[in-house]
Amino acid sequence: MTSKLALRGIAVAYLGLLVAGPVAIMIWQTFSGGLAPVWDALTNPAFLHALQLTLIIAAIAVPLNTIFGIVFAMVIVRREFRGKPILTALLDLPLGVSPVVVGLALVIVYGRRGEFGGWLADHGIRVIFALPGMVLATIFVSIPFVAREVIPVLREIGTEQEQAARTLGASDWQIFRLITFPAIRVGVAFGVVLTVARALGEYGAVAIVSGRLSGRTETLTIHVEERFLAFDLTGAYTASLVLAGLALLTLFFMQRLKPRGSD
Amino acid sequence: MSATGYPLGAAGAAPGSPTTAGRALSVSTPLSIGVITAYLSVIVLIPLAAVVFRSSAGGWDVFWESVTSPQALAALRLSVIGSFVVAAINAVMGTTIAWVLVRDEFPGKDAVNALIDLPFALPTIVAGLTLIALYGSRSPLGINVAYTQFAVLLALLFVTLPFVVRAVQPVLGELDRDMEQAATALGASSWTTFRLIVLPNLLPAVLAGVGLGFARAIGEFGSVVLISGNIPFQTEVAAVRIFSQVENDNVTAAAAIAVVLLAISLTVLLIIALFERWSRKHDQ
Repeated sequence: MTSKLALRGIAVAYLGLLVAGPVAIMIWQTFSGGLAPVWDALTNPAFLHALQLTLIIAAIAVPLNTIFGIVFAMVIVRREFRGKPILTALLDLPLGVSPVVVGLALVIVYGRRGEFGGWLADHGIRVIFALPGMVLATIFVSIPFVAREVIPVLREIGTEQEQAARTLGASDWQIFRLITFPAIRVGVAFGVVLTVARALGEYGAVAIVSGRLSGRTETLTIHVEERFLAFDLTGAYTASLVLAGLALLTLFFMQRLKPRGSD
Repeated sequence: MSATGYPLGAAGAAPGSPTTAGRALSVSTPLSIGVITAYLSVIVLIPLAAVVFRSSAGGWDVFWESVTSPQALAALRLSVIGSFVVAAINAVMGTTIAWVLVRDEFPGKDAVNALIDLPFALPTIVAGLTLIALYGSRSPLGINVAYTQFAVLLALLFVTLPFVVRAVQPVLGELDRDMEQAATALGASSWTTFRLIVLPNLLPAVLAGVGLGFARAIGEFGSVVLISGNIPFQTEVAAVRIFSQVENDNVTAAAAIAVVLLAISLTVLLIIALFERWSRKHDQ
């Protein structure tokens, strides 16, 4: 019994010192100067621009990765073809790549010195230090989530209902809309939540490709860093709390979506 | 059961149901394979291949020089050793926390359980700032570890917290307790029971979680960059070294260090995948 209490104490203390304590202190320090400085930080044009840019990037990256993820899962689960293990491995690759390396890779391909980037620049298309590069970086780091959630669900549901629908004369689109999608809906939603969280919170990859131009290519996470380095702790903490709030919302949805019986 | 919510266990690793192409929903196969291949190639494969290609642009000598320059070597060493230390701590603490969450009951357990996911949801730059709030120069505890190697460890521990816990938790939950009870009845101490009965069953999950945490830690950037101070030869990790090389327009050197990082983390992920396949076969 005592060993049980000791283990509980160790686990709770570890989590308190590592996670709960730091988060609580940050919240407390954010409001230590009252609400006025927080309000100023929230209405700062640079913050609002960063928030807007972050949402725009997520609004492009998340739908693309969602559609890709569903198609990828359908193909991987339902089809046999050569090179399938390679595609699966490729899907997981972003999980093992440092965000900084992602940014570096995009700079090499799309930077003005790169062959392809030079050609694009000649045609007036900027990728690095501009929105397209930041979107590409965000897509890269959040690519696997939807597919990874949908693949096991698709495996489990099998194809009997789809075959039945087919026999009754349903078209492909009807089958997807009425049979397949409702069955994988929770998996898709879970994947989308993870994708959104990653897209809103990505820092390293976006920091490299954006050039961190204040008021132009500054996302929320880059804004946090910029405020911190400018010794504006309240500004940095306030923007952090906005991001943390989005993270908590993510956690909330994850808990709600968690299929019964998984714990 | 299906959606664990965690990118554990490689997608597609589970033995698939037999493919019933026949009359199920048919996606045009060549077209959709083409689309997903093109998407993955443009976004992931070509850029990463370009890094490898670029790292060799100056020949082997330049590559070797970039990787073994004292500053790069120090950064790589810190990342590798730091990730090993973090992996070891995660193995012990992650298993302990999972144990408490599965086998113990106490008020507030749900909150503790939800806390585990926080490092996964929180942006890395925010993770670093929260640590600065408690362990930086304005620490209310009077503990200031900013700009030390300990700060690097702290940041890596924060971001890798969920991996082992979430890998071990479901396995521990499904473990049959008869054997443990038998061992106890035969007079084994709780530690002996854990070591000889429980631990061997948990080991594959622990190792999978540790490996994923290691692969994450070795390339970690956002959570480390503010609290470590990035002092060359002391607190500069490999990812920060790559970042500053890019900022200094030294892309080839950055690519060389990146290739080393890629090689290490892919090796680790490959070992996990092989180990998972092996232990699954072993089970059957």
